[in-house]
Formats: sequence, structure tokens, C-alpha cells
Amino acid sequence: MLKIKDLRASIEEKQILKGINLEIKKGEVHAIMGPNGSGKSTLSNILAGHEAYEVTGGTVEFEGKDLLELEADERAREGIFLAFQYPVEIPGVNNATFLRTSLNEIRKHNGEPELSGKEFLDLIKVKMVEIGLPENLIQRSVNQGFSGGEKKRNEIFQMSVLNPKLALLDETDSGLDIDALKIVADGVNKFKNDDNAVLLVTHYQRLLNYIVPDFVHVLYQGKIIKTGGKELAYELEEKGYDWIINDFKEVESV
Amino acid sequence: MNKDKAEKSMINKWAENFRKFEAGLNGESKSEFHKSRQNAFKIFSKLGFPSIKNEEWKYTNLAKFHKHEFVHASEIEEVKYKKEDIEKYLFKGFDHHLLVFVNGKYSEKLSCVGETENNVFIGSLCDLLKEKPELLDNVYKGENNTSAITALNNAFTQDGAAIIVPDNKVIEKPVQVLYLNGTQNEKVHITPYNLIIAGKNSGVKILTSYNSTFENVYFTNAVTNINADENAHVDYYKIQNENENAFHVHQVNIEQQKSSNVSSYSLSFGSQLARNEIIATLNDEDIDCNLFGLYLGKDNQHIDNHTMIDHANPNCRSNELYKGILDDNAHGVFSGKVLVRQDAQKTDAYQSNKTILLSDTASIDTKPQLEIFADDVKCSHGATIGHLDEEAMFYLKTRGIPTELANSMLIRGFVDDVVQTIKIEELKDQINHIIFDHLHKIEI
Repeated sequence: MLKIKDLRASIEEKQILKGINLEIKKGEVHAIMGPNGSGKSTLSNILAGHEAYEVTGGTVEFEGKDLLELEADERAREGIFLAFQYPVEIPGVNNATFLRTSLNEIRKHNGEPELSGKEFLDLIKVKMVEIGLPENLIQRSVNQGFSGGEKKRNEIFQMSVLNPKLALLDETDSGLDIDALKIVADGVNKFKNDDNAVLLVTHYQRLLNYIVPDFVHVLYQGKIIKTGGKELAYELEEKGYDWIINDFKEVESV
Repeated sequence: MNKDKAEKSMINKWAENFRKFEAGLNGESKSEFHKSRQNAFKIFSKLGFPSIKNEEWKYTNLAKFHKHEFVHASEIEEVKYKKEDIEKYLFKGFDHHLLVFVNGKYSEKLSCVGETENNVFIGSLCDLLKEKPELLDNVYKGENNTSAITALNNAFTQDGAAIIVPDNKVIEKPVQVLYLNGTQNEKVHITPYNLIIAGKNSGVKILTSYNSTFENVYFTNAVTNINADENAHVDYYKIQNENENAFHVHQVNIEQQKSSNVSSYSLSFGSQLARNEIIATLNDEDIDCNLFGLYLGKDNQHIDNHTMIDHANPNCRSNELYKGILDDNAHGVFSGKVLVRQDAQKTDAYQSNKTILLSDTASIDTKPQLEIFADDVKCSHGATIGHLDEEAMFYLKTRGIPTELANSMLIRGFVDDVVQTIKIEELKDQINHIIFDHLHKIEI
């Protein structure tokens, strides 16, 4: 589904990604872990099409298409979704109107008929119960005055309504208490199936207790320095990052 | 020397217009009221039009205005409208009284004033002068002549909206005042003089809109006086939607007495050059004064908002929020002065001006001014100029929303806090529609 080859990127002349190689297949869950400043969020932002970053090398193929050629909104319509670490507040724009606009843009792109207000409401009612999103939030302005937990839940709610092929979750676990974390993880697990894929970006292992990854990658200084199965996450939890970083530095110096 | 000459010939041109205007008044030119007009014209001649050397007109150049020769509205043939012609200019969805002015002159045929109690007056200044001149005794002194253009209005005062609410009376239905301006061929000078007097413990909502029915150049030269007596509650909405060739200069004078509450909503869309000026004087204690504004400019429009809030007494609150969106080559000016005099202790005064520029060639000169001479006050002011929020734009695009639509959502988001202050619920969507229509953006 997604093939990243030697991806290099910078922001304001500062090199952040220094050659990322990663392949994600349908049905897989990948976790990207790493210390702060390793480039985790940059990777998810670049995949979603953030214009502040400059791609200086490499390729990204998504479902056979050159992803780097597409604008952020085109990528979203192709089936990429980014759940933000800090969702943006948009006063004056009703959450339901916003999401219906979004869903219908994607449906139009896929050659499906647009949903009427009624059809849309029927669809979201089920999803709202699933994610535990209070009903009044859907009639409020997008994310305005939402608590941190509500914003994250709203992201997962949007994901489940838009049903993307590839979901990028950027530190979705940060700032959540354990109950909220379980709800969010539950939402992701319900979304997950054999035809889509998930890329989780996280600093902590705890989310991976609830969303079990097929692969764990450690990102450090803009490179993936280790890849393993879910057991790698447990190891990181126990031993921290230093042992991998030290191994990596030894290899580099040889 | 040459400049003085040019100025003199300009004044002479207006003097000629004034003579013609007087000649058309017949017997009325002997009245007391007319003496105040003559006095105003003298003041105008003495002051002359402001130039950019005048600090208050530094960013608003009248050169383009002076290129035109205007004819006063009293000199031209009346433009005739049918009721169905004016439908599209009206704000709908709520019961209202309706006053219609065609080039500044009251049209009884097009207006529709519902039943009101004794001593309530909703009508035209002309009728008020004829029917109840005593109501005007303490109000009209023809002396709002601190600026030349206001003096020019006073000199040519012919008619305008007059709304008089006696003590202890609340007018439930908003009064909608529709100005239909311009003609097919003449460059008309339109001089509405509006009067809103709210007695003690009274309440009234007034919704005025300035519209064009033709594309020709004209000059709206308006003055509105609002007097809110003790504990009166006045909401004053002004929607300036003149055509993009028009010149619009309007001074609003607000006088507030003890515990009164006046909210002004100035929504400025149209005109080649618009100058919306508001002067609020807080004459006693416990007064609330709210000034809200939106200005939307495109093409080569010039929109100038000048406000002044004079806190002369203790324990008053003022709140001012002006927001603008400027596209193409539009130029905005915001000059907001809040004066807190020495006696005005315990004043709460907040002022904010925010502008979004949608193009590289749009610009704004903003000058928030806070002058405080009292020591126990809470005041703040600030101005920001920026572009649409890029992070928010990215967020919307990651949801598959195309750039154009995302722009509209962010525009809606930007104006929202001003739109939400509007207290006539049905008006909000209609204002929203004008915003998107004016900016040629997809409406959401």
C-alpha cells in the first residue's frame, strides 16, 4: 500500500529525515517510536502533505501513485488520514457540517453519491456511540472549547466516519488518561481490517498495550535504526532507547 | 497659491450647489431650521475638506472624490420603485417596522410602519418637524459641525429617519431602515440626517442598510445621532452595501446617559471609498458601550473605520471589536481611540482590531489608541494583521476539503465572533451570505 524509499526532508534548511525506508502492506499496523526530536511527527506530517516541509530526496508511493505529487487534500481523497497531535480549533464551522463536507468530497472522488443530511446523521450516530463522543459535540464548532481528550476522540471519530485506507496517528495517546486511551484504542481496533493499514507514531509504549502492532520501528535522528515485532516495544519500555542508540552509534563508527 | 485656488474653486462649487438647494426650499428657507443649515454651510466653507495632512485623514485621500461634480438629491427627478423592487434589499425572517428612503428622501409608499403607541415616533425627519417639532427642541441644534463633511450634511439636511421612543417604552419589533441610493445618470449627493432618541428605561433595535440600485457614482453624506437616556437600551445595526463606485461618509454620534446600554454593529461591504465614523460619549456612570465592526474589501476599495469612545465618568464599560478581511488591492484603515478621562475611575475598556489580508497587495493601516488619565482602570487594546491560519488550512485539507472551500471555512471562522454578537438571530445567516457573496467565495 505504502512504499517509502530513502525519504529525506528538511524544514527551514534543517535536515530532519535522513533516508527513511518503510513499506506498509494492507492489513498491517506499524508503530514508529523514538525519542523526542527524532523526526516522528515530521514523517506523519510529510505523508499527509504539510507544505512547510521540503522533501529533498527519495520517493513515496501510495497505492501505485506518486504521493509526493499530490496536495494534502488530494491525498486525503485518495485515502490517507492524519489524526493530529494537536487538532486545530475552527470557530464558526459546525463539526457536523465540516465532517459531512469532508466525507462528501471523498465520496465524490470515489464516484459514490453524496450523502444527504439525514443519511449522514444516521451514519454518524452509530460511530458517535462507538467512540463515546458526547452528542452535543457534533453540533459545536470544530474542536472549539473541546477538552484535550475530546479533541483526540473527535479525531478518531472522524477517522471512523471517513474510513481511510491508511490512518496516520500522530501521538494520539498523548495527554489521555487511561480510560480515554482505551476508548481511542478501541476505536482504532474497530476501524482496523484486512484492507486498510495504520501507522502509529508514539513516544510511549502504553498505547501498544491496546493496539497491537505487527511491526515496531525505532526512529532516531531521521533514520529508522531498528525494526522488530511487537516485543520490541516491550523491550523499549523496559530498557529505554539508549541501548539501541548505542548499538547504532557503534555500527556508524565502524 | 495654486493649491489655495483649487480649494477655493472646490468650495465655490459646493456653494453654488448650496444656493440651488436653498432656492428649491421656497418658503422653508425663512425657518429657524434653515438658519442652522446656513450656519453649517459657513462652518463647512471655513473648514474645507480634510486633506491627508489632517491626522484624522492621513490614510484616506479624497482626491478621487474631488474629481466628481455632484448634484444634490433635491435637484434630481425622483427615482420610482415598486414594492417588489425593494424586496431583495430587505432583511427577512423577523417582524419589523420599515422606513424606506430614496436618495435620502422618505418614501411613504414603500415604508410600512406598524401600529405604535402614543408618543412613539417612527418616521421621517420632515414629518417629525411638521408634526411634533417640540420633540426636537432639545436635540437638533445643527451643530455636529466639528468636521467639514458632517457640516456639509447639516447644511444640506433635508430628511432622514427619525425614531423617538418615550420613557418606559420598549419597541419590540426592530425598525428596519432601507436607503436606496444612486440614479441612472446623475452623480447624486445624498444627505440623510437620522435621529434616534431613546427615553428613560426604553428599548429599541434599529437595522439600517445602505444600498445601491445603480452602478453610477454618488455620494452618501450621512449623519446619525443616537441619544440613549437613563437605562435605555439601543442596538444599532448598519450594513453599508453601496456600489463600488460610491463614496460613503457617515458620522454616528452616540450620547449615553446613566446605566444606558448601546451596541453598534457596523458592517461595511460596499463603496469605492467608505468612511464610517463613530463618536460615543459616555456622559454618566454605569454605562455600557459596545462597538462591533466588520469590513470586507476587495478590488480597489478603501474602507476607513474611525471610532472614538469618550469615558468621562466612573464605572463604565466599553468593548470594541473590529475585524476585517481585505482582498485584491483593497485598503483598510482602522483608527480607534479610547479616551479615559481623569474622573473615569473603574473603567473597563477593551479594544481589538484584527485584519486578514487575502492577497499580497491588500493593506491596512491600523492605529489603536488608548489614552488613560485615570489610575484605577482595566483597559487593553491590540491589533493584529495576518493571513489565514496555515495550520488550520492544513487540518482542513487533510480531511479532503479543497483549498477554496477550506478558505471559506476559515473566513467564516475568522468573522464568527463578530457575527455571533448580532442579537437578531435571523440576521446572522443573511450577513454570512453577504460576506461570501461580496468576497466571491463559496458560501458555507
